[in-house]
Amino acid sequence: MFLEIAGLTKRFGGLTAVDHVDFSVEENKINAIIGPNGAGKSTFFNLISGFHPPTEGQILYRGQDITGMPSHKIANLGFARTFQTTHLFEQSTVFDNVMVGHRLRTKSTLVDAVFRTPRLKREEEKCKEKALEVLEFTGLSHLADRITANISQEEKKRTAFALALATDPVILFLDEPAAGINPDETEGLTDLIKRISTTGITVCLIEHKMQMIMKLADKIMVLNHGEKIAEGTPEEIQNNQEVIRAYLGGEAIA
Amino acid sequence: MNGANIKKILLPAVLLLSLLFPLVIQNEYYLHIMTLAFIWIIAVYGLNLIAGYTGYLSLAHAGFFAIGAYAISVLTVKAEMNYWLAFLLSVLITSIIGFFIGLIALRTKEHYFAIYTLCVGYIIYLVIYKWEELTGGVRGFIGIPAPPPIGSISFDETVPMYYLVLFFLIIGMVAMYRIVHSLSGRTYKAIRNSEDLAASIGISTMRNKLAAFVLSTAYAGVAGALYASLIRFIGPDIGYTNIIFDMLIYLLVGGIGTLSGPVIGTILVVWVSQNLQFLQDYRMLIFGPLLTFLIIFYPKGIAGSFIQWRQKQKEKAIQKESAQIQGREAETKI
Repeated sequence: MFLEIAGLTKRFGGLTAVDHVDFSVEENKINAIIGPNGAGKSTFFNLISGFHPPTEGQILYRGQDITGMPSHKIANLGFARTFQTTHLFEQSTVFDNVMVGHRLRTKSTLVDAVFRTPRLKREEEKCKEKALEVLEFTGLSHLADRITANISQEEKKRTAFALALATDPVILFLDEPAAGINPDETEGLTDLIKRISTTGITVCLIEHKMQMIMKLADKIMVLNHGEKIAEGTPEEIQNNQEVIRAYLGGEAIA
Repeated sequence: MNGANIKKILLPAVLLLSLLFPLVIQNEYYLHIMTLAFIWIIAVYGLNLIAGYTGYLSLAHAGFFAIGAYAISVLTVKAEMNYWLAFLLSVLITSIIGFFIGLIALRTKEHYFAIYTLCVGYIIYLVIYKWEELTGGVRGFIGIPAPPPIGSISFDETVPMYYLVLFFLIIGMVAMYRIVHSLSGRTYKAIRNSEDLAASIGISTMRNKLAAFVLSTAYAGVAGALYASLIRFIGPDIGYTNIIFDMLIYLLVGGIGTLSGPVIGTILVVWVSQNLQFLQDYRMLIFGPLLTFLIIFYPKGIAGSFIQWRQKQKEKAIQKESAQIQGREAETKI
């Protein structure tokens, strides 16, 4: 089993944000999580990536229990993520933003920095190459030297993708990647997500744009009020009565 | 003139100026003030690493400065230890205390961290003030030795001491330059930018923050030890809250989170306040509004604003260029 989530629960005081959710993320596929606002999707991501410890439940990655592990250790296992609001370093160049992404695969310390050891130089070179590679992959090479504050929203999203990819992930979690960008740009991001998936990286995404999800996802899980109400292929989800009721207020999915 | 050129011309010029300064300025008092300013610069670099590059505004650094100064005083005067061994130990002691304080303080963030470290700084001051058997209490320490002579060069005198402090400053600056431009430096900046994002790309935020904090206290310790050896007398006042706010003013005027900021800010403020000495405490009437003005209009300080201005120029040039290329492409299509 690749990534197995069992009975995952998170309570914030009296509010149950995620309620006994079982889900298995399928390797090399695009897994999507949808649901109305406040359904607990982002919390679900935060639990898996170690930002919050779950109240109950278990997360198994290739048989290893990673429940409650701190987020940087989870990242080291190959879990990368993007955030709903992109937090990039606005005053730095796009390249500088992305370069630090490969840091977790390097070992040099402060001592290496002060004495500029061969190890540091080698690792810096490695980080630079990685940054150039992911910028190329995400179609940002021409923006490498631009200040992040001055590029478009869509380009910032791509930069966030590039940063996540620079960590050499096994699985990539995308929290509403297409929020706040126009239909043309959404198309471009959809292609990018597809390309990421074809390189063998498992993708897990939260998204509100239905057309995008239906086109991309191999598997969809629907959350409502913290509970899983459905799981299946896009066709199954489109025809699921409960989903239509909960999510779309009775209308059919386009 | 681009960035590389400015560095190529300005850096050797400043270095040469600092080396020639004692030959040009024969006034001992001015040399003393400059030596003192260099010591503050070292301390401000320490503060800059944690506050400017890592994003944790530590207000305990006057305390660490005092720990460095008192450690070398106790070790040389009371324990009569070899000077350089005592120097090394006092930096080590400061860092070890920094490690334990950082371990607790870095669990807090933002304002809470600033408030917490302000309290820690004040507690360090109180401990120094009250622990009479060790620190001499309010009387302080007298007769701290200057560094032992090397050959015929005696550090009792102003000029050799100036060069010794300059030597430490240059080492400190080179080390800081390398750190800031290394993967470790990038890691600290990532933490300053967003701790959540840093953690999500696999950075152990606590370990890195602690490393930056300990190193920043080591800089304060070096500055403190040099201060004690230069002034040869210390009292608990050097750990007082005033000192940290002086350091903070130097850093803010020069530019927080920049490499040249500590140098520019410290030297400028030290010399301006020297020249306003005749106003005594009323000089704050001039400093106060000036600082307020700076924070409102140039929150990045002198160096920070300059860097920002240059970035904007560069950005404009890039945009112009890409517009031209697009224009040409459009023409060829027609």
